Amino acid sequence: MLSPSGGFQTRTHATRPTGGPMTNKDYEDIPGTFVFDADRSREGYHLNQFCISLRLQKNRDAFAKGEEAYLDAYPMTPEQRGAVLKRDWNLLLELGGNIYYTSKLAANDGINFQNLAGLMTGMGVEAYRAMMLAGGRPIEGNRYKSEWEKK
Amino acid sequence: MARIIAGVGCSHVPAIGVAMDTGITEQPYWQPVFKGFEFSRKWMAEKKPDVVFLVYNDHCTAFDASCIPTFALGAAAEFTPADEGFGPRPVPVVKNHQKMASHIAQSLILDEFDMTIMNEMEVDHGLTVPLSVMYGDRKPEDDWGVLVIPLAVNVVQYPAPTGNRCYQLGKAIKRAIESYPEELNVVIFGTGGMSHQLQYTRAGLINPEFDKMFLDKLTADPVGLSQMPHVDYLREAGSEGVEMVMWHVMRGALDDDVVEVHRHYHVPASNTAVGHIILENKDI
Repeated sequence: MLSPSGGFQTRTHATRPTGGPMTNKDYEDIPGTFVFDADRSREGYHLNQFCISLRLQKNRDAFAKGEEAYLDAYPMTPEQRGAVLKRDWNLLLELGGNIYYTSKLAANDGINFQNLAGLMTGMGVEAYRAMMLAGGRPIEGNRYKSEWEKK
Repeated sequence: MARIIAGVGCSHVPAIGVAMDTGITEQPYWQPVFKGFEFSRKWMAEKKPDVVFLVYNDHCTAFDASCIPTFALGAAAEFTPADEGFGPRPVPVVKNHQKMASHIAQSLILDEFDMTIMNEMEVDHGLTVPLSVMYGDRKPEDDWGVLVIPLAVNVVQYPAPTGNRCYQLGKAIKRAIESYPEELNVVIFGTGGMSHQLQYTRAGLINPEFDKMFLDKLTADPVGLSQMPHVDYLREAGSEGVEMVMWHVMRGALDDDVVEVHRHYHVPASNTAVGHIILENKDI
């Protein structure tokens, strides 16, 4: 098990993970992260189903012909629809999108995972790529929301 | 009887597949990634397993949000590489050992693991990239040279199965394979990871200390490792690092005592820490 300070502790006995109440979201204090749980999945369902439809060439062609008309087939909220049209990558996640889905919209636009991360982090593609080459974003200072609030 | 001779842990970063498909593996960025698989390709050629049992996750390719099975076992005769949004990978169709796959499905369900059975399924980079790194370049008209039984695990929608459940499933897979009456050698792959986060403002997270701990404990303390809660993966290894639960299926299917014969670790491949390990059962 990991302590908040990041050191690895050995458990004295094997404990079975317990489910616990679903309202206990122990992952909500991770900064800059959405955990795609049942609540997010429900909120983002039509948005994500739209995104995944772009996996197929015939659908990418239809979307290219007219984005608004294509989106009419997916009953998403006006906010989700607007975020798709504006390609607001972070807002898509805030509104229930999941990265494996929204990345299909990005792929449609010729944006790969790494460049998409450059956009989502606000660093830009070049600075993000340089960070990854230098070993990535370190874990120190990036475990808890409280650590980001201090900055 | 069939037997499991070894386990392979391996990342399945899509960009690794793209690098092989576009012939840029000798570029300085990619060279160190692929150098770590030179030993592995020789090892595969030497061990020449009859069957690879390949644990991976589908990335919303065969399964969209309409249907999310926790464990889906491939029972089709073959599996076509899927178009994931930029055309299918130019690699061979994956052929199953269909008879063994249906034996395993039956055995697992009677062993109280409630599997989903896939009689039609396309496979994405999660399955084809590990085959590519371990077997080398193959053209679509070639053959992988091995039969592959795929097991797709949900790690996209929280919660993924627990590490403990994955480890116990591995034990049940071992029992299933060892009760198959043909003399066949099987290598089991656990794929995905290692630390990475693809999304939102913490994207790019890499935690080599966590990854090293994980690789070490696969040999030293696999049972303890399998008890780690999801939040530790999500926080310490990034939101997509939770893919590593799939390595527990591989580890559970091996004997308690294993020998680590190879390890490779490199940062980065695209957004991800590449991790790879080969564990052999001692009694082979």
